[in-house]
Amino acid sequence: MSAGTAIPAERAAVFDCRVAFAETLIALAEEDERIVAVCNDSVGSSNLGGFREAFPERLINVGIAEQNMVGVAAGLANAGFVPFVSAASPFLTGRAMEQIKADIVYSGANVKLCGQSPGVSYGELGPTHHSIEDIAWMRALDDLPIVVPADPEQTREALHWAADYVGPVFLRIGRHKVRSVSGGQAPAFVPSRCNTLAAGTDVTLIANGTMVEVALDAARQLGAEGVSVRVLNMATVQPLDAEAVLDAARSTGGIVTIEEAVPRGGMGGAIAELLAERHPTRMRMLGTHQFAPTGDVAYLFDRFSLTCNGVAAAARELLSDS
Amino acid sequence: MKVIPGTSVTDPPCHGVSELQDFALRIRLGSLRAISAAGLGHVGGDFSVADILGVLFGGVLRLDPSRPDWPERDRFILSKGHAAASLYTALSLRGFLPEAELMTFAANDSRLGGHPNRQKTPGVETNTGPLGHGLPVAVGMATGAQLQGASWRTFVIVGDGEMQEGSNWEALMYAAHRGLASLTLIVDRNRLQQGASTEETNALDPLDQKLSAFGWDTHVVDGHDVQGLFDILAEPNHSSQPRAIVADTIKGKGVSFMEGLAAWHHKVPSAEQVDQAIVELTGVRS
Repeated sequence: MSAGTAIPAERAAVFDCRVAFAETLIALAEEDERIVAVCNDSVGSSNLGGFREAFPERLINVGIAEQNMVGVAAGLANAGFVPFVSAASPFLTGRAMEQIKADIVYSGANVKLCGQSPGVSYGELGPTHHSIEDIAWMRALDDLPIVVPADPEQTREALHWAADYVGPVFLRIGRHKVRSVSGGQAPAFVPSRCNTLAAGTDVTLIANGTMVEVALDAARQLGAEGVSVRVLNMATVQPLDAEAVLDAARSTGGIVTIEEAVPRGGMGGAIAELLAERHPTRMRMLGTHQFAPTGDVAYLFDRFSLTCNGVAAAARELLSDS
Repeated sequence: MKVIPGTSVTDPPCHGVSELQDFALRIRLGSLRAISAAGLGHVGGDFSVADILGVLFGGVLRLDPSRPDWPERDRFILSKGHAAASLYTALSLRGFLPEAELMTFAANDSRLGGHPNRQKTPGVETNTGPLGHGLPVAVGMATGAQLQGASWRTFVIVGDGEMQEGSNWEALMYAAHRGLASLTLIVDRNRLQQGASTEETNALDPLDQKLSAFGWDTHVVDGHDVQGLFDILAEPNHSSQPRAIVADTIKGKGVSFMEGLAAWHHKVPSAEQVDQAIVELTGVRS
């Protein structure tokens, strides 16, 4: 897997959210003996090796069997455990969709679904391994909170919140190394609220996950041209921070959404649905489209305009239309 | 629920075959009336599992209707959720629901929907309806009991047609891998699925050999022999394998014009047919 190496080498101080995920899960499990990890042969790809070493009995590895994995998690929750299901997002959400619907969300099971390596992070492995549909699929389940942390701080805090929250949660844990975007903000994660990373007035960039740092870079580029850019880190896709979105729609000249997912049904879609009813606003929705061509992550980001230049261009286009 | 001196409220209420048979009869009558009132339901499948449910709820399961979430309770899942009316009746007989509420089955906004919902109906452990879901959840429950070193048991009834779902075979493998002896799977082997026989559709036989090959302690029983069912279901499992019971049953069991007919999968009896069925069922009793 060379996908992780596709990030530009010159980038300083980058962090792996999967490491934050693994360390936090171990810390949570030390505090709460009800916490178990459930996986589908994904001990390595989910970074659960440390968890297995610390709590060998509490790592439930069902093998390559995602439907059973999610059903077993529902049963463990019924027995009083707090299962964190950790599996590659395409297989967790795609293969076990009906189990997520019926056994977890409709049954109200206290299970935390952790989709690993989402978006196009598997790069050259192609669309079977890309998880660009997961947000749209999960969003159709109204009662399921959906959280896409942008950096290790958010990942840690979102995991702590998920452990305390009683009910199902979907967490999407990025694979690419990312810069810290929370910048020491405390708290880095507040459920159902976005983080305002820049308070501009001309245009708003709303991103989450791996795309937040891209949005920040684009804001810097636009700022150098005299454009005042608002940047929102929309870590919670569901329920959406309607107040912040409506404020951006009312007080800036348009909204660009950026996500490593299909925007139709994704975060962009959620924002467009809200605004269509409450405050119609000009938008550009950046994300992946259709099955990706063969390519590494950097190539695919470029192809889908999920880059500093691509985001800045979309913002300029939006402003020039006004 | 009358509590016999020296027993606990969590103990099953029936003692002896005749009481278990009576309990099963009441499940049939309750489901029949609920389905008749609702104008929909799956009476054929309700009647094929009625004796199994009767033995479990009447003679085996330790439950507390005043505390449906009592941690030490035995777990039961009706994976073939379309037989919901029989489950609701069994729960009512154990005191989880008022008997009169059965007549609200499938009515608008009723707690008793066409398929069981744990967030609406006390005593339901997980929502079922789509097939192939109950066994994996039961495996998770039994895994939980194993981790806790708990003594409660997990029982799950699946329809035989449901064994065509791949998720069940994933769960069978893993239950055997973990040696989940506290788990009992009961296959309601009525040999009919919605439109035709299982063997014509996608053959399951030899089902017992398949289950054994998957590492389960497998037994074939008459699914309407209350004594035989009680003997195997009440007996603790001291082996290191999960237990599978292939219960040979008859769809529509107990009513001559329903027995063995795929049409009664979800056909609703007319008023005259309900009367005739009640005569036949209660006649069997006498």
